[in-house]
Amino acid sequence: MKFTLSWLKDWLDTDADPATIADTLTNIGLEVEGIDNPAEALAPFKVARVLTAEKHPQADKLQVLTVDDGSGETIQVVCAAPNARAGMLGVFGPPGTYIPGTDMTLKIAAIRGVESRGMMCSARELQLGEDHTGIIELPGDAPVGMAYADYACLDDPVFEVNVTPNRPDCFGVDGFARDLAAVDIGHFKPKSYQAVEGVGEPEPKVIVEPDSGCYVFWRRLIRGVRNGPSPDWLQQRLKAVGLRPISALVDITNFFSIDQSRPLHVYDVKKLSGDIIVRRGRKGDKFLALNGKEYEPGPDDCVISDESGAIGLGGVIGGESTGVDDETIDVLLECAWFDPKAIAGTARRHAVQTDASSRFERGIDPAKLSSAIESAAQMIVDFCGGEMSEPRISGEFSPDGYPNRDNVYRYRPNRLGALAGVELPADEQAAILSRLEFFRLDPKDKESWLNEDQRQDALTQADCDSWFVRAPTWRPDIDGEADIVEEIARINGYDKIVATPLDRAPGVARSTATRSQLIERQMRRTAAARGLNEAITWSFISEKEAAAFGGSEWQLANPISEEMKVMRPSLLPGLIAAAQRNLNRGATAIRLFEIGRRYLGDTEHSTLTLLLTGDKQPRHWQWGGAQDYSAFDAKAEVLALLEAAGAPVASLQVFPDAGHPWHPGRSATLRLGPNTVVAAFGELHPKLVAEHDAPGGTVAAEIYIDAIPEPRATGRARPAYTPPALQPVTRDFAFIVPPDVPAENLARAIRGSDKAAIAKVRLFDRFEIPEGLSLAFEVLLQPKDKSFTDEQIGQISKHVVAAAEKLGARLRS
Amino acid sequence: MARHDLIDQIIQAPDLQALEGLRVKLLGKSGEITAKLKSLGSMDPEARAAEAPKVHALREQITDAIAARKAALEDAELDRKLATERLDLSLPAPEMPQGTIHPVSQVMDELAEIFADLGFSVAEGPEIESQWYNFTALNMPENHPARAMQDTFYLEPREPGEEPFVLRTHTSPVQIRTMENLPPPIRIIAPGRVYRSDSDATHTPMFHQIEGLVIDRAITLGHLKWTLETFLKAFFERDDVAIRMRPSYFPFTEPSAEVDVGYSIVNGRRIVGGQEGWMEVLGSGMVHPRVISNCGLDPDEWQGFAFGTGVDRLAMLKYGMDDLRAFFDGDIRWLEHYGFGALDVPTLSGGVGA
Repeated sequence: MKFTLSWLKDWLDTDADPATIADTLTNIGLEVEGIDNPAEALAPFKVARVLTAEKHPQADKLQVLTVDDGSGETIQVVCAAPNARAGMLGVFGPPGTYIPGTDMTLKIAAIRGVESRGMMCSARELQLGEDHTGIIELPGDAPVGMAYADYACLDDPVFEVNVTPNRPDCFGVDGFARDLAAVDIGHFKPKSYQAVEGVGEPEPKVIVEPDSGCYVFWRRLIRGVRNGPSPDWLQQRLKAVGLRPISALVDITNFFSIDQSRPLHVYDVKKLSGDIIVRRGRKGDKFLALNGKEYEPGPDDCVISDESGAIGLGGVIGGESTGVDDETIDVLLECAWFDPKAIAGTARRHAVQTDASSRFERGIDPAKLSSAIESAAQMIVDFCGGEMSEPRISGEFSPDGYPNRDNVYRYRPNRLGALAGVELPADEQAAILSRLEFFRLDPKDKESWLNEDQRQDALTQADCDSWFVRAPTWRPDIDGEADIVEEIARINGYDKIVATPLDRAPGVARSTATRSQLIERQMRRTAAARGLNEAITWSFISEKEAAAFGGSEWQLANPISEEMKVMRPSLLPGLIAAAQRNLNRGATAIRLFEIGRRYLGDTEHSTLTLLLTGDKQPRHWQWGGAQDYSAFDAKAEVLALLEAAGAPVASLQVFPDAGHPWHPGRSATLRLGPNTVVAAFGELHPKLVAEHDAPGGTVAAEIYIDAIPEPRATGRARPAYTPPALQPVTRDFAFIVPPDVPAENLARAIRGSDKAAIAKVRLFDRFEIPEGLSLAFEVLLQPKDKSFTDEQIGQISKHVVAAAEKLGARLRS
Repeated sequence: MARHDLIDQIIQAPDLQALEGLRVKLLGKSGEITAKLKSLGSMDPEARAAEAPKVHALREQITDAIAARKAALEDAELDRKLATERLDLSLPAPEMPQGTIHPVSQVMDELAEIFADLGFSVAEGPEIESQWYNFTALNMPENHPARAMQDTFYLEPREPGEEPFVLRTHTSPVQIRTMENLPPPIRIIAPGRVYRSDSDATHTPMFHQIEGLVIDRAITLGHLKWTLETFLKAFFERDDVAIRMRPSYFPFTEPSAEVDVGYSIVNGRRIVGGQEGWMEVLGSGMVHPRVISNCGLDPDEWQGFAFGTGVDRLAMLKYGMDDLRAFFDGDIRWLEHYGFGALDVPTLSGGVGA
């Protein structure tokens, strides 16, 4: 919302300077985002008279002027404007002046051989308009030498305020004036108006259907107007707040919208056919709106229609076909009250935000209907002539009265301290409320209540600590005691809130993190310690990216782009894309990980995903060429991270082929039992690599954090330390194994062949031979009370070999 | 041979082998000195008494001389060997890649640490939310103008007639879920991803927020002010952090306050601390009575405050990044520049900054 200081002063008697006004507004919750004074940029420009105008000796289109800027000197200026001529008055900028419209600073320069010491300016050069057909021409009585900004009354700071949606009253200048008066920045000046009787019925008739979304439609006909440009002062005000003046009739409606947050509408009567009916939208409704777009209202929209069909979305936007223009003779002025919810719905459904809709959806002061129809009709007659009809009202408010009429709440003054932490005597609280025109009602005083039921209610609640406060009609946001606390607190000043420490539990602060939070922290820092860089990638990916993962369950209805269209079923696409970007920027080694959610049909799954690509080791004088990552590097990371997460790593089993996005022969899942998959790792499927344009040699892993089982709680103390008394011994076994036997199965079988004696089995050698694979294991034997005898070791060896043979392995001789 | 001749021979032994030869020749089983010692046995006692000390002394001198020469020769040998053993230790050692923690994670850890000291635990909630949790329960019924304040991502219904879910536009739904599930008094923070459909230099469609919620019996805006001051001072690790509360509007708080933090300009950059200017960092207020009752609590008994702020923004203010979009690009150069070491774990004793 924008308004100028002079506009504010229409409503407020004040001597406060703009900075004070701005600070005060911000402090009471009307955040001033900027003050802009156009006069500051125009300070050097002066009213000047062209004394002589001669043709430039070297150029047909230029003239050489002499100018009097009031300094007593005669200044020579070269000018290209066709309208420059001797005797005229214009706006002069001397050398050294910054010209805002061209972003240049004037210098004394020779133009085609003739010295020019300044410039006569066009409206565009001063950013006062679009006109650049010639220089500004001022009336003959403009005083030469006067600062142009003063002459043109441009010294009028423009305030830009970020109005929160709860303050419909501050979509009008009068709302700011009221609030400023409440903080003693001046006195509020209500505008007076005179009720004029008018002559005759306003035709056409207006019928407001019940439940149309419109409650009341006040109207007045003004016959015989001459619509032309509005007066300068109005045009200047509208321009200052960023509106384009159109014609007197349209400018008047815009004026009321900004002046007092009271949108109006005008219809050219000769363009209407038959009666106006305000109703819900129907099938087939369609109209071209004033913004040049076509709308098709539906059954939830409030439609203004005539016999031709829909001619506007009530309270949102009017139709092109019935708009006023220079030929308008009879004009119908509409001042209506629409249901805020209906307007908000229409604006949202049709994606149209107008000055009218943003006001109606927040709630217009219903008490302004009569004053606005009177003063706007009077303004039309003043500017355009014509004769007013009688006013008429169609439709009605609910039988309970107009909206916001009985906005009465119980308020206990001690709630100010209890909620806002501010102590303020009750009489000062009462004074603030009355400055805001929130009135205290006495339940015993029947006359001050509009609603007897409410009064009876109040009587039952009445005690000496309770007030009953009626909010003004322009504050539909007031909705309970807490709102009244806020009103007093904000006018009193939030700077008076005293910082109060929260109670602190005795002792040292307790730990607060949940197990899943701790697991994530441990894994995150372990990954970083192992040389991986944590990334954060978008939660949404393209449909194409998701397809390789079985598609996404969740599609955005209003995505920002095709690349961000569905919720990711995997973190891999994001990391693949990040890896590719890094390679494109010249990175040679990429180790990325991310902890985030996968969005599946059932719920969101916390996941750690890592991706390794590029050089595992760069080329090096010790080992020669660069080394690539293999699936085993991914496996090493997964096991280390699961260990950090406290997962029972020793119980994990490797199941080949992790499925869909993975290389079928070079990937695996890690499971606890057959069904609990805690991780997948390996090479990516070559098709995925091709589709995603992923770098070659990429290995990756996913850890499904929410699948990691919770360890049994055992307390902090560790079991007793009982190192074995005797030295372990190792024996090596080499087997020839069929190629399809996983090494881990063999190791498990060996380990299981004598659980008491065998403490550890480690594969240390593997190579292919014609008969299959040669796998060599180092078996650690741990004696308990006595060292092993040769016979015992022989016995254990037999068990080891027998267990291996069950899997088809054969001891190498 | 005369004693000094023997000693000379030992001193001049050219290498360990020659010295060993001499040792065997003199002290070996059939060595000269050994023979002399043996001959003492056949002497009469008088002669023995006269000869024995001399022979023993000779043996001692020879033994010492051999030991001394041996040490000298060994040293010389080691020196020779060392002279050939050289490594150019200016050659590069194998490199261990250094991983990094993302600034958002680091800042979230910092916040968890600070708020743990104030008794707040960390709560979480889904990012795909129902409109009830994201809007309605937060006092934003359908067609509430505030719903239009936030550019919401809607999800396609998965079956006909399903009310569309939304990507949560703020972390505030976690307030509702927490109040529904935990008996008061409550002190939580809720950090996480949030989504809004706008995108420019300072906005990304996904970013991170942190929500704070205190529900108790006698909580006021004064407690809110203290909590935010305390938190911001701890987070920015400066005692001159000043805040300014301004009345504002959020549908789920009443009274509501926007919170500005004071900054100063150092080397052309905004630094939190001092009061040269103010910038908006937080939205906050007393939880709206209707929100409290929407969660099944009695607003006449329970009240409290809530606040919310951007985690990415806090990270930028503290650590000096200036482009939000880079947070989500995964550029390793950026991650290494702004990221944190694995062991930079924020602690109260060690300081929450790194």
